[in-house]
Amino acid sequence: MTGALIPLLLGIPLAGSVALLLAPPRLGDRVAVRLGVVTTGVTALLACWVVAVEPSTDVAWVPSLGLRLHLGVDGISSPLVLLTAGLTLLCTVYSLKVLPEAGRPRGLIGLLLLLEVGMLGTFVALDLLLFFVFFEVVLVPMWFVIAQWGDTSDAVARVRAANTFILYTLLGSAVMLLGILLVGFKAGTFDIEALTERGGGGLSHGVQVLAFAALALGFAVKTPMWPLHSWLPDAHTAAPTVGSVLLAGVLLKMGTYGLIRIAVPLVPDGARTLAPWLGAFAVVGILYGALACLVQRDLKRLIAFSSVGHMGFVLLGIATLTPVGLNGALFANVAHGLITGLLFFLAGAIKDRHHTALLDELGGGLYERLPRLGGLLAFAAIASLGLPGLAGFWGEMLTLLGAFDPAAGLDRGYYLVLMALAGIGVVLTTTYLVVLLRRVAQGTTSERWREAVLMRDATPLELAVWSPVVLLVVTLGLWPALLLDVTEPVVRRMIGA
Amino acid sequence: MTPVYVAVLAPFLAAVAGFFTGGRRPRTAVPVAVSGAAVALLAVLWPAAQAVTAGATGRYGDSAHLASVPTGTLPIGVDLRVDGLAALVAVAVGVVALAVQVYSVAYLKGDPRYSSYAAFVSLFTAAMMLVVFADDLLVLLVGWEVMGVCSYFLIGHHWEQPDAQRSAVKAFVVTRLGDVGFLFGIFTLGVAAGSFRISHAVGEAGRLSEHTVTVATLLLLCGVVGKSAQFPLHVWLPDAMAGPTPISALIHAATMVAAGIYLVARLYPVFLAAPVTLAVMAVIACVTMLGAALAALAQDDIKRVLAYSTVSQLAYMLAALAVGSATAAVFHLLTHAAFKALLFLAAGSVIHAVGTNLLRDMGGLRKAMPVTFATMTVGLAALTGLPPFSGYFSKEAVLGAAEEAALHEGPVASWAAWLVLVVGLLTIAVTAAYVTRLWLMTFFDAPRSGIAVHESSPAMRWPLVVLAVPAALLGFAGLGHGWLPHWLSLDERVPGGITPLDPAFPARPLHIGAVTSVLSIVLALGGFAAVLAVWRRAPSRDPSLRLQRLRPALEEAFWVDDLYDRLFVRPVRLAARSVRWTDDGVIGAAVAGSGTEATRVAGLLRRAQAGNVQTYLTGLLAGVVLLAVGVVTLT
Repeated sequence: MTGALIPLLLGIPLAGSVALLLAPPRLGDRVAVRLGVVTTGVTALLACWVVAVEPSTDVAWVPSLGLRLHLGVDGISSPLVLLTAGLTLLCTVYSLKVLPEAGRPRGLIGLLLLLEVGMLGTFVALDLLLFFVFFEVVLVPMWFVIAQWGDTSDAVARVRAANTFILYTLLGSAVMLLGILLVGFKAGTFDIEALTERGGGGLSHGVQVLAFAALALGFAVKTPMWPLHSWLPDAHTAAPTVGSVLLAGVLLKMGTYGLIRIAVPLVPDGARTLAPWLGAFAVVGILYGALACLVQRDLKRLIAFSSVGHMGFVLLGIATLTPVGLNGALFANVAHGLITGLLFFLAGAIKDRHHTALLDELGGGLYERLPRLGGLLAFAAIASLGLPGLAGFWGEMLTLLGAFDPAAGLDRGYYLVLMALAGIGVVLTTTYLVVLLRRVAQGTTSERWREAVLMRDATPLELAVWSPVVLLVVTLGLWPALLLDVTEPVVRRMIGA
Repeated sequence: MTPVYVAVLAPFLAAVAGFFTGGRRPRTAVPVAVSGAAVALLAVLWPAAQAVTAGATGRYGDSAHLASVPTGTLPIGVDLRVDGLAALVAVAVGVVALAVQVYSVAYLKGDPRYSSYAAFVSLFTAAMMLVVFADDLLVLLVGWEVMGVCSYFLIGHHWEQPDAQRSAVKAFVVTRLGDVGFLFGIFTLGVAAGSFRISHAVGEAGRLSEHTVTVATLLLLCGVVGKSAQFPLHVWLPDAMAGPTPISALIHAATMVAAGIYLVARLYPVFLAAPVTLAVMAVIACVTMLGAALAALAQDDIKRVLAYSTVSQLAYMLAALAVGSATAAVFHLLTHAAFKALLFLAAGSVIHAVGTNLLRDMGGLRKAMPVTFATMTVGLAALTGLPPFSGYFSKEAVLGAAEEAALHEGPVASWAAWLVLVVGLLTIAVTAAYVTRLWLMTFFDAPRSGIAVHESSPAMRWPLVVLAVPAALLGFAGLGHGWLPHWLSLDERVPGGITPLDPAFPARPLHIGAVTSVLSIVLALGGFAAVLAVWRRAPSRDPSLRLQRLRPALEEAFWVDDLYDRLFVRPVRLAARSVRWTDDGVIGAAVAGSGTEATRVAGLLRRAQAGNVQTYLTGLLAGVVLLAVGVVTLT
């Protein structure tokens, strides 16, 4: 009976998506958005059920290719499944009132549902090829979301951003597919569970290194890892609010999830050989992202660059190959999804009201003219800089702790240097976020906005959408065991520590 | 342990209530904030009373293990612990928090931001209580940094003013710089000791290698130096005076800055096992002590004089820790909290009356403001260390500990103890000089403000009188075989209440030496006389102008800010700009190239598939399958 749960979890948003995209145009926009809310709501409930009972499905799909429909959740994927279902629900609820500037909400909601199928599928797939399919499914709706519903002021830029996004990710995916095929055919199975159990057994060192490099490259594009990050700021600047929220909140996590779920456990020898490189790129990303944030002119672009830095911490945690580092990476994944999701919601709300996200044009005084939005922005910024007691801290702290004492066989001195550099990154992150607050939130409102009479502080619906995120950020910050209790045993089992 | 939970949770809940309802119901903000602090104070009185009664017979300590958070390596334990030291500091925090809440009701009357201000003070109180009672280093870190962020928001209370913005950013970034080192110190100590639990680490201190303990304590010291505003991370505290006066008075003088000192006292056996760290602490303390006192000599702003004096007095506490007397450090922490709170509130009263912070615009206030004059005189005498005011005893306890470590054997090298002794005595002369300058310029000669000045309202007057009592008398608590060392359950070797008293190191009373006493009184009078002599020649002139070419160096606090600007701020800005250049120029060009490429690819796709979603998806899936089939047939 429970075997049908996960296919249902994917089937419901898929059905909703097909219904919306194929529906006759006379279906009203309001009805369409409501249908989206109902679909994502049911999906979210189902996701809770799935996480609670942890069912699995394993049936033959394309026997001639040995392709199996193997789906399941465990402590590593369940937080991400909940994050995906939750954020998508919030995005559709948000669309009830805040319609995209480009119009046509029906299509946007349909694409969001399709996006949800891909994202959920990626997190529940336990077969390499299936994983790949879901991983790719995400690209198409995202391309349309950016290219069709993106920044209305610059059509050329948004199409270019969408194209860059899809090109980068497709090239990464091609390399990743080679890695998948290499592992699958050398080991004789595409089943992730079986391969994890084998732990790279039967694969020569050379194959493992090659496979890890190919897999990691594909995932690194998605994460994104410096220097493969340059699609991200453009995509975020151009994307509509809900697109940015899901892009930062969930899509980036697919890359790091892939590293943790596939690259590290399936080819551990390769991981050990290449982890120091991964760590180095991670730390460069932390520093580079923070420095870039110090001089950004656009609020959304700044948040996008901050993601490069934060995902650098996630990568560093993975590169330590320790249980604590992987726990930290998983925690930071979820925390970043929530906090940056919130930041993009807020940036979108600010942009809706000012029709610009350029920091110079916004000027200071957000506390003064929009106190609720200003206060929430301050909260999100403080959470993002990793204040202990909020969710952002624990993940980053654990990744640093992992780097303090990396897995056996890794050079400890080298990792201590990485840890110290990441520590400098923490200070720089603090700096750009408080400087951001100083530029936007503190100070006085410029003449330009003084006359804008129509500016409205956060609406009840906006607050209703954001408050669950705020609540989760505080809860996870005060009670990190909520997440660590779930991930820790699975991580320990998976990397055999 | 219930009182401990209450002490942490009551102000926390007051803060939550303040944030959520304050804006809509401003009238409830006052009772919520005040009762949060009051309940916390009442709660900590219970363990304090137990510590007092236990002090005579034995040691007092209680702890609770609430939960354990798995991490994949050492777990984080939600552990709380109360002992004499914690109870005493908690009482001080409670008194200070209640005072700030009550005082702020009057001070911020009519301020539209009162409710969030009061909520931040409540959150601050909860965080400080957590620091005081935490028995796990990472739990302590939570309180430690939440306190920092509250301080950021409170310094930036007047966020429309560029000064407040700059100071808030500076305070937060500088302390966080120290906190990163602190976090690494926690890692080093925790991993070596096998637990993040403070009482466990304290017990293990003797068994760890000296190298590890030295590294760990030096890293922890980074956080201490940041929080307690010691050189080289002292730069934030003088600027933090941009916050409202109650915040300067009570948070930046009496509680938060004391957290660093408290932490060292809490982990004292670990620090005692690292003589190198103690020597570093002694040097840092000496540089800070004298440097800040000299800087205080030439400040124009009365609050900045007091801020530098805070930095300088905190250095005495650090020095006491360096020479092996945690009791003396905590003793000075308590007397300083009393007299510095008094001084800031008195300065607030003066500023309120005159309408300026600048000493050169004051003068002649003695007759117009008799209560402020009398109470501030008491505070200044305590700060200088004149007997019988409280500062005299606690400072003598510090110097006595230094003398003992210099002449007999101490935990720190004797040169370091000598350094502390000499610089500590010298600083007394400088302290007397800047105190005298402030006193004369504020209260004597003819009024320079040009407005009719009168004494402040009762609401601002009575806290001065109340605080003058401990500022004058608290010193007697530490006298002879006074109750303070017992109450703290602290002697020089076995702090904390749980470790049984080692008969080899009986609890020592605070040591006040005859030689240091005479010397320090003579030096204080010398400093006083020198400034008085200069002042009498030209009473309307700033005595520090006699320093001539030396004055700018002192006024600018030896240009440390400029140095940091050149060493750190500008290079970071340059690096940031070059990153943008790289991203726009180099990587951006590549992106533009790939963008054109992508457009071409997309164009092809469009032509081939007519821009239809379903077709795209089918195409993609077909592509995947084809690729897979291709590989199968090829292998």
